[in-house]
Amino acid sequence: MVEKIKDWVSRFYIGIIMIFLYAPILVLIVLSFNDSRSRVTWGGFTLNWYQRLFSNRQIKEALATTLILALMSALIATVVGVLGALGIHAMRQRNYKIMMILTNIPMLNADIVTGIALMLWFVHFIPLGFGSVLLAHITFNIPYVILSVMPKIKQMNLSIYEAARDLGANAVYAFFKIILPQLTGGILSGFFMAFTMSMDDFVITYFTKGAGVNTLSTMIYGEIRKGIKPEMYALSTIIFVFVFMILLVVNYFPSRKKEEKSYIG
Amino acid sequence: MKKRIVCFVMAAVMACSGVLTGCGSKKTEVTDTLTVFNYGEYMDPDVLDQFTEETGIEVKYEEALTPEEMYTKYKSGAIEYDLLCSTDYMLQKLISEGELQEIDIDALENKENIGDKYWEFSKAFDPDNNYTVPYFWGTLGILYDTTKVKEPVDSWNVLFNGEYSGEIVMQNSMRDMFMLALKALGYSLNSSDEKELKEAQELLLKQKPDVQAYLVDEARDEVVAGNATMAVVYSGEAYLGHQYNENLAYVIPKEGSNVWLDSWCVTKYCDNMDAAQKFLDFLCREDIAQKNFEYIYYSTPNEAVIESLSEEDRADEALVPSDDATKDCEVSLMTDEKTTDFMNELWKELKAD
Amino acid sequence: MNKLKSVNPRSWLSSPYVLWVIGFTLIPMIVIFRYALTGRDGGFTLDNILAIADPIHMKAMIFSLEIALGCTFVCILLSYPLVMALRRLNMGKQGFMIFVLILPMWMNFILRILAWQMILSSNGILNFLLQKVGIEPLAIANTGTAIMIGVVYDYLPFMVLPIFNAISEIDEDIIEAAKDLGAGSLTIFRKIIFPLSVPGLLSGIVMVFVPSMTSFVISDILGGGKLQLIGNIIEQEFTKSVNWNLGSGLSVSLMIFVLISMAFTTKNEVEGKGSAIW
Repeated sequence: MVEKIKDWVSRFYIGIIMIFLYAPILVLIVLSFNDSRSRVTWGGFTLNWYQRLFSNRQIKEALATTLILALMSALIATVVGVLGALGIHAMRQRNYKIMMILTNIPMLNADIVTGIALMLWFVHFIPLGFGSVLLAHITFNIPYVILSVMPKIKQMNLSIYEAARDLGANAVYAFFKIILPQLTGGILSGFFMAFTMSMDDFVITYFTKGAGVNTLSTMIYGEIRKGIKPEMYALSTIIFVFVFMILLVVNYFPSRKKEEKSYIG
Repeated sequence: MKKRIVCFVMAAVMACSGVLTGCGSKKTEVTDTLTVFNYGEYMDPDVLDQFTEETGIEVKYEEALTPEEMYTKYKSGAIEYDLLCSTDYMLQKLISEGELQEIDIDALENKENIGDKYWEFSKAFDPDNNYTVPYFWGTLGILYDTTKVKEPVDSWNVLFNGEYSGEIVMQNSMRDMFMLALKALGYSLNSSDEKELKEAQELLLKQKPDVQAYLVDEARDEVVAGNATMAVVYSGEAYLGHQYNENLAYVIPKEGSNVWLDSWCVTKYCDNMDAAQKFLDFLCREDIAQKNFEYIYYSTPNEAVIESLSEEDRADEALVPSDDATKDCEVSLMTDEKTTDFMNELWKELKAD
Repeated sequence: MNKLKSVNPRSWLSSPYVLWVIGFTLIPMIVIFRYALTGRDGGFTLDNILAIADPIHMKAMIFSLEIALGCTFVCILLSYPLVMALRRLNMGKQGFMIFVLILPMWMNFILRILAWQMILSSNGILNFLLQKVGIEPLAIANTGTAIMIGVVYDYLPFMVLPIFNAISEIDEDIIEAAKDLGAGSLTIFRKIIFPLSVPGLLSGIVMVFVPSMTSFVISDILGGGKLQLIGNIIEQEFTKSVNWNLGSGLSVSLMIFVLISMAFTTKNEVEGKGSAIW
């Protein structure tokens, strides 16, 4: 009985947090069907914005840039960050501390400071364009990867790795078979945090991008003063529904391999 | 399990971006390129496509939110912009710093579309009309809900007399707020007198408890939604506010206000003056100005467009400010570093209070 | 165990990262320091760094600190029950819940904050709903509370995820064993779960506290521009008054302040295990 109540309390609490997290998303979804350019007046139901969205080349280009940028920067940041975290963990105390402080610096500076500093620095060796934004994004993504992976590394059981090595496994093989599986959860959440940060950033992107390169964030930022275009709400809704469907399908499809349970996270 | 989700999501993301880039590329014969810097949402995107189609000149388009942001990015030299659209005082600053090239205004075929009045306005910051071509203009005033005010609003005083406490939305813009406070006190909005500026700050300080918010985003929406009774807005925003809610009215207070002008200029980096001229001429063309006007709904200096407006729209002060309404208005000019710093300090004090 | 050897070969793995840090963190930092240590005339000065002591800046700094600490605290308070509830219901093991937590963040940040503004404003959605059930409308819009809701909303996943990751690693058998030995849920939490979650918690604190110190968009939009965080001031120095020197100076002193305070708070944590975050 007590267990039952506890279950309900747990469900209720998760529900509250979900409402908190999804309330604004719901607002965006409702706005995408609003037949008015102003977000505060309800002009009736319409699918007009969806139609306009599909014929809007600027938004499509910005979406593509945003996704490619987020994906590439998160991937590179994850590789560099995971290797970095493994290496830093093996450093002596003093170097370890120095590296962790340096890791925090990109998060510590106000975005605008990082953005302008990078812009002034990039000017010396690469023309501003997609490449410069990518470099900037990787830079502010790495700390999130390291901070996600580090706790896992600390919990990691190195003796299995050493045992494997003693038994003749080569370092690379042992790394992929033993170290990496232990870190999966941290790596994934680091990757997704990086992906998310990259999708959301506008200040650093704004200062490091070249003319003609637009992400959704910089587009939306430019619209703040004159009112967000409802096409943006429509786009958000599509992205949301799309990803959510994939999640549901994958989650409720019977898993082929039972033993994957061990890669928990 | 989790791996599968990740794979699915990422594969989907990849596929999407692939498809998007695929359909994004559109081929037109491109001969030249212009890098253009403008405010956000300040041009119909179709206009750019049409320009490329007609002339074969590709436009790399970049947006900024404020004149200062634009200045910061331009001055860093990171991108060599050919043309930019900015506001009166910022243009004056750029001219004075030798950043701009002279334009052959008389060579613009559609020059006649821009009314004489606006070339006169421009002389405040571009004395010989050599550097800038007017694009949009307007005033700063009060948008208010006629059903919620007791008597007609005609003075800045309504913001400061405490009667509408908690019902007022101001702009989160140092320059605009100081300008209106100076005007309310009967001073020039370009005053650099520290005593007058201090007085303006005190007025704003006294008002702060009555202010609902200093907004960065759409102040007009707060009035449309009924969250506030009145808001300080640019005239173009007021026109749109009126479209959403019939009861809203816009007034340029009798003490006078700021009349602002956004114009195009050619920077010193531009090495293809011919293309730049074509671009400027294109923007002055009636059908193009019309398109931009219908996209932005700010006051246009293009008289050909004004003539095509309906009777009702032409009488709308927010859309076509009359000479009478703007007679006490001033164009804002650049301030020297000392005044900027002083104003900035006062503004921070105001915000910190 | 490895720390006894002079140089652990494993530390070479971090060489790409070290290069990255030098190229894209340290050198840009030098750019910032150069601005911070010069006046507008180009001469050396400490004024910009010391400007943090100015009462206005100090006030913004203290307010930022309140917001950041409050936000971190609330996030911790919300995260533990959430993580425990997820664990209890055996949700999240498949990673589904992680996605559910992070999915809202894939919608654009500005759009989400603007949506919050619509929810909280005086004629907004929340007050509309409250009136329906007969509760007095709340005046949250444009206050510190609204800013607080905004930052907690934005940073909560950054606290939940690392704690969740740390806890999910705990072997169910240990907990079962403790139960068999008569430990109550509270004891289990205190003696087993909490200590094991500490590395995750520390990462979470850094990822929430540090960025929330410098946020400015949330306070501009949800605070109605009436409340000023240090992030707003730095932003203003760069974009409004074009005084990069002062902006950089304030930024440097903010950085020094946060680094020192973090070093203090995490100094004594589980040093023995070598798992302190610093």
